[in-house]
Amino acid sequence: MPGSIKDRVAVAGMGCSKFGERWDASLDDLIVEAAYEAFEDAGIEPKDIQAAWLGTTTGSTGMTLSEPLRLQYIPITRVENACATASDAFRNACYAVAAGIYDIVLALGVDKFKDSGISGLGDGSIPGPGHGMMAGAAGPPPAQFAMLATTYFHRYGLTYEEGKHMIARVSWKSHVNGARHKKAHFQREVDMDTILNAPIIAWPLGLFDCCGVSDGAAAAIITTPTIAKSLRRGKEPPMFVKALQIAMAPNDGNFNTKFDYTHVEATVRAAQAAYKEAGITNPREQISMAEVHDCFSITEAVTMEDLDFSARGKVQRDIEDGFFDLDGKLPVQPDGGLKCFGHPIGASGIRMLYEMYNQLQGRADRMLIPGKPSRQIKNPTLGLTHNLGGAPAGCAIFVGIVGLEGV
Amino acid sequence: MTGIKSFGAYIPYRRLSRQLISAAWGTAGGRGERAVAAIDEDSITMAVAASIDCLKGIDPKVIDAVFFASTTAPYTERLNANIVADALDCRRDARNTDFANCLRAGTSALLSAMDAVKAGSLKNVLVAIADMRMAGAGGEDEQILGDGAAAFLVGDDDTIAEIEGSYTFSDDMVDYWRLEGDRFIRSWEDRFGRDAGYLVTPVETVKSLFDKLHLTARDITKACVYGINTRTHAALARAMGFSPEQVQDPLLEKVGNTGAALAPMILVSALEEAKPGDRFLLVDWGNGCDAVVLRATEAISKLGQRRGIKGHLKIRGELDNYNKYLRWREMVALAPLSRPAGGAVSMAAEWRERRLGLPLYGVKCLKCGTVQLYMKTSSMRAHVCLECQAKDTFEPYRFADRKGRVVSFSHDYLGGGIDPPATRTVIDFEGGGRGLFDMVDRDPAECKVGMEVEMTFRKVRAAPGSNVYFWKCKPVRD
Repeated sequence: MPGSIKDRVAVAGMGCSKFGERWDASLDDLIVEAAYEAFEDAGIEPKDIQAAWLGTTTGSTGMTLSEPLRLQYIPITRVENACATASDAFRNACYAVAAGIYDIVLALGVDKFKDSGISGLGDGSIPGPGHGMMAGAAGPPPAQFAMLATTYFHRYGLTYEEGKHMIARVSWKSHVNGARHKKAHFQREVDMDTILNAPIIAWPLGLFDCCGVSDGAAAAIITTPTIAKSLRRGKEPPMFVKALQIAMAPNDGNFNTKFDYTHVEATVRAAQAAYKEAGITNPREQISMAEVHDCFSITEAVTMEDLDFSARGKVQRDIEDGFFDLDGKLPVQPDGGLKCFGHPIGASGIRMLYEMYNQLQGRADRMLIPGKPSRQIKNPTLGLTHNLGGAPAGCAIFVGIVGLEGV
Repeated sequence: MTGIKSFGAYIPYRRLSRQLISAAWGTAGGRGERAVAAIDEDSITMAVAASIDCLKGIDPKVIDAVFFASTTAPYTERLNANIVADALDCRRDARNTDFANCLRAGTSALLSAMDAVKAGSLKNVLVAIADMRMAGAGGEDEQILGDGAAAFLVGDDDTIAEIEGSYTFSDDMVDYWRLEGDRFIRSWEDRFGRDAGYLVTPVETVKSLFDKLHLTARDITKACVYGINTRTHAALARAMGFSPEQVQDPLLEKVGNTGAALAPMILVSALEEAKPGDRFLLVDWGNGCDAVVLRATEAISKLGQRRGIKGHLKIRGELDNYNKYLRWREMVALAPLSRPAGGAVSMAAEWRERRLGLPLYGVKCLKCGTVQLYMKTSSMRAHVCLECQAKDTFEPYRFADRKGRVVSFSHDYLGGGIDPPATRTVIDFEGGGRGLFDMVDRDPAECKVGMEVEMTFRKVRAAPGSNVYFWKCKPVRD
């Protein structure tokens, strides 16, 4: 019987770099930007860090972290799990503290893509057999996720126009939210017509159905509840970890006829395990807010059902009704999500936790773009984060739940 | 008696109107259309397509040799016939050979196959002939040429047409030629080739053959004669003594001059209409002339339906854009891709996987019966069943000859390479199993969840310095 992480560790400080096309910043610059914000927030020195977990898809070894921060001979583990990379680094760091091996550790996620010279992620295929080029025939991510939309529309009887409108509404909402955040990659609201009429990237997904590729880093200081409370005395409360779950799909969606291409089973499995671990029975009512993997608008839509926020096949109504808007009952992507905050793959999971942390502490507006309406969610107690590393047919899923003490 | 046991053909889906070519260059005229191989087709893939048509209902394991004939073989060093044979799932101990360099490569392969069977050294020989010669843009030959393929299974039992005799004149007449490295055909003044060669040597060859077999033109049901163009083709048939009804249509108006594959394709179209006892004359031209007489047997009426020429002429979509043709044939300098092409193929990995990848093998679990493909980028070897997790309890299961239905798809405009969009498609196979393949020869607007598709052997993404072949899917159109 697996144990539970609930309330055994807490986050005492967090940091996050400005996300975006950081032509000005190197991988090192991004790491330093996020790490030192977290150190200062927690009120600790780099020398207080006893061990660290680094999540990155572009760096190599733990020295990617020790070198720019000049960390002195501490253990550092480099983690890579596609888009779940940062969350998995965070998860392993939490376990080390919960195990009682370390008191104060650092989890940091970072990626720097914009030196590559291409838009999107490209495909860094290595030499293989001829069929391998067709095994990669799903092409770059847009085409793989577009198939979720094709099949979802077909199965639930949505016309092309209805389906397109539903997913456009997802992106519209993320742009509203992202446009308020100083650190977001895209800070512009976009109207529905522009989204609906944008050039097609991978039919039926248009330009605004796809998230950007960004540079960025995010960091978390994880410690015991006792130390966290003492570090944050006189400041906003620490964030407590309630559940950390990963589900690894057997990557058979493109070979197994049972995979229905309208949902992602690994998300369902990870979510159910996380709800059990955190003692949540009605996520739609109990979860205050969520940051999910909206690499594409359709991914967010389907994820709402997989997380049991919406009934199977019924997410259209919730999306169109504004249920997931910042002022809705269950705000999703309050910081703009991957869509607008940006998606440096190895940093995204901790960036999501950074938003949960600031919202839980009631200080979401310290990153508000002046003149914009407040982005603070009213009295949140529990937040959920979700990453999908891979493609619908095969992926590494992370679902985490964080919240205030005693919730 | 030795002869043809089965036949098949292939014509690429896209046809380019000759008027469109003329209009692109601001010149008048242009009659009919020419077949254009898609960007992912070449002589190997077309030969495979014609062979699949030919082998309908025939076990590829009976084939003792694959003779591949073309003047446009993709590889000048590497046995092209092996790639055709592997795609078709032929035996490893097949004696595969390439026939090349001459417009008569097809009939040379056919006659060599007949000789080998007659001599008893081979029992069943698959002759696969394909060509896609290129002419420079804007010239007359660009309109005249076309792409296509034919295939014959040669043996000495259950033949549908027996060989009665053949005659050959070799003649180093250089009317058309290419040197090493030439992309486009070169030609001497057309009247030289016509008046000193094409209208002379074939007449002499056919006369010699008729004398040998004690036949006359009246004994021939259909004359299947290579044609440079429609006018000279008619003139040659007349010179041989045939009435217009005796002359099989040379496909020049609807397909174009398909080089080494042309005369064989004309023969296929004649065999499609044949009745037992019909007698056919095959005349092929190029650095000399081959003439062959074949006679249909009773068995021809029992041969199952093939797409052949008649079927493929109907499976047709227009290439409505001349620029697209230029792009497909790499005739223009294109803007660089917004993303770099993928890495090279690993010859070591390709060799390791060739018995699975090229014939498209998956497995069937002996414990739970689940059929499944395993297509990881680095391997096609399944070890653990995706349903019951039993280890290494499989039997081989081939997917290439099975139809499927579309589960999901997307038109990829971003990663579609130089000819977007690429239609990424998940299909469920009849009889079980699922796979992810590109869909080709489709119009994006016709793609639907649930539509029926079949497998087609194509080039996948050009890799630097080598061609990479695998399977894609395409709509079923008959």
